[in-house]
Amino acid sequence: MRSGYFTALAVAVLLGSGMLVFAKPPAGSGSITGKVTYTGTPPKMKPIDMSKEPSCAKQHATPVMTQNVTTGPGNALQWVVVYISAGDEGSSAPSQGARYDQKGCEYLPHVLPMQVAQQLQIYNDDQTSHNIHPLSKTNPEWNKSQPPGSPPIDTKYDKAEFIPVKCNIHPWMHGYFAVLNTSHYAVSGEDGSFDIKGLPPGKYTVTAWQEQYPAQSQEVTISGSEAKTANFVFKVLPY
Amino acid sequence: MGKFFAIVLTVITLVSASIFAMHIWWMPVDISVHGPALDKQFGETLMGTGFGFLVAQLSLAYFLWKFADKGDGRKVREFPGGPKVTIITAVVLVGLEILALSFVGQKAWASVNLDPAPPNAMHIDVQAEQFAFYFRYAGPDGQFGAVHPEKISDGNGNYFGLDPENDIPARDDIVVGSLTIPVNQPILLTIHSKDVGHSFYVRELRIQQDFVPGIVIPVHFTATQTGKFEIVCTQLCGLGHYNMKAYLEVLPQDQFDQWLKAQAGQ
Ligand SMILES: [Cu+2]
Repeated sequence: MRSGYFTALAVAVLLGSGMLVFAKPPAGSGSITGKVTYTGTPPKMKPIDMSKEPSCAKQHATPVMTQNVTTGPGNALQWVVVYISAGDEGSSAPSQGARYDQKGCEYLPHVLPMQVAQQLQIYNDDQTSHNIHPLSKTNPEWNKSQPPGSPPIDTKYDKAEFIPVKCNIHPWMHGYFAVLNTSHYAVSGEDGSFDIKGLPPGKYTVTAWQEQYPAQSQEVTISGSEAKTANFVFKVLPY
Repeated sequence: MGKFFAIVLTVITLVSASIFAMHIWWMPVDISVHGPALDKQFGETLMGTGFGFLVAQLSLAYFLWKFADKGDGRKVREFPGGPKVTIITAVVLVGLEILALSFVGQKAWASVNLDPAPPNAMHIDVQAEQFAFYFRYAGPDGQFGAVHPEKISDGNGNYFGLDPENDIPARDDIVVGSLTIPVNQPILLTIHSKDVGHSFYVRELRIQQDFVPGIVIPVHFTATQTGKFEIVCTQLCGLGHYNMKAYLEVLPQDQFDQWLKAQAGQ
């Protein structure tokens, strides 16, 4: 009786985990981690004056700064998209959508990575109207108004592109959509680190993209479930 | 019916005149040196036109009352000479009135719009764009950097299109989203637009000036009171026009100096 129960349980667990494995696209267990840093003197980020939009200004105890070159301790460089630009077999877009927020008259996150054909939901969490305007060149260009309380905008992009995003109402609002052909990507954090997981064995080109400076690439070969390291250094200028 | 209209007309005339006479919905406080002359001119114009308004409306009411149709079948009589003479008289009268007002008012207007700013005026550069105002101070070197429209980048906070890499005076330029000025100091604004027509309107300063794309327009004034006032765009400029505003902060000289120093250090 008891052993029968355990057998059933074991079968259920096995089946369940098996389904998990098969539901996912062919995923490996190799990884590429690293750190994005800079050399040189970065430009000073500027405080943003939101006083004309009090409902946004009051959400920030200290002024929001421009984010085009966001640095951290140890010469870390944030908001760099690191992705597999060649060698990836490609996979269909995840069912989970990417979420972009307009909050406190800022775009959150500043750089949003997503996959081609992945659903993108854009929310207005503010008590003021926004008019989001992604300046796409390869994909069709559009802009849409969202008064407070509007439902999210539901959209997607069909071609890979780095798209600057601006608000037609609040000139200081700026962000980026990174529409990628791969599902293997990461954005460098405050400490400049990134972590690309789930890579099957193979020979890859890893590219690091930053909004202001030229992108750079490295070749990385993964065999088995190797954990490789790749660091990127951007040369920055004070102006 | 004629008598009823006469009464309604009299009531409307007296109520609307007393709204002005009692200063209900009156103008906000004036904080500018040139403002009193404008306000005086405005007052005189209002008295003149108000007097004309009262005389015209009340005599209309009087005639309505006196010559209301009594239902006795009398024929309508015309003014001698017909409507032509009446129209010509009206046009000449109104023309004379407008001419007289322009003549009397031009001095107040010219002091704001035609006279150059005093030589000691503090120069602040202003850029309007959909849908915000940006203000630029020369910084510690007292010199403005050159403007390169192709370098304008809102994402980098480079609203004016400065080129600090190659242009040294541009490096210390201070660019902010609010207009902060010292009290009792002549201010010269040079206003220009990045995109479409906008306007710079501060009720308390008695200044309203359009931004015209492609033209740099000088505006000068001296604020006589400290405080915080609203700058609004009064030229329909697009989707976010209703939201296009900034603040004018007038500070005592020492506080202004501190503020400017803090900005320069950033
Ligand atoms: Cu405007």
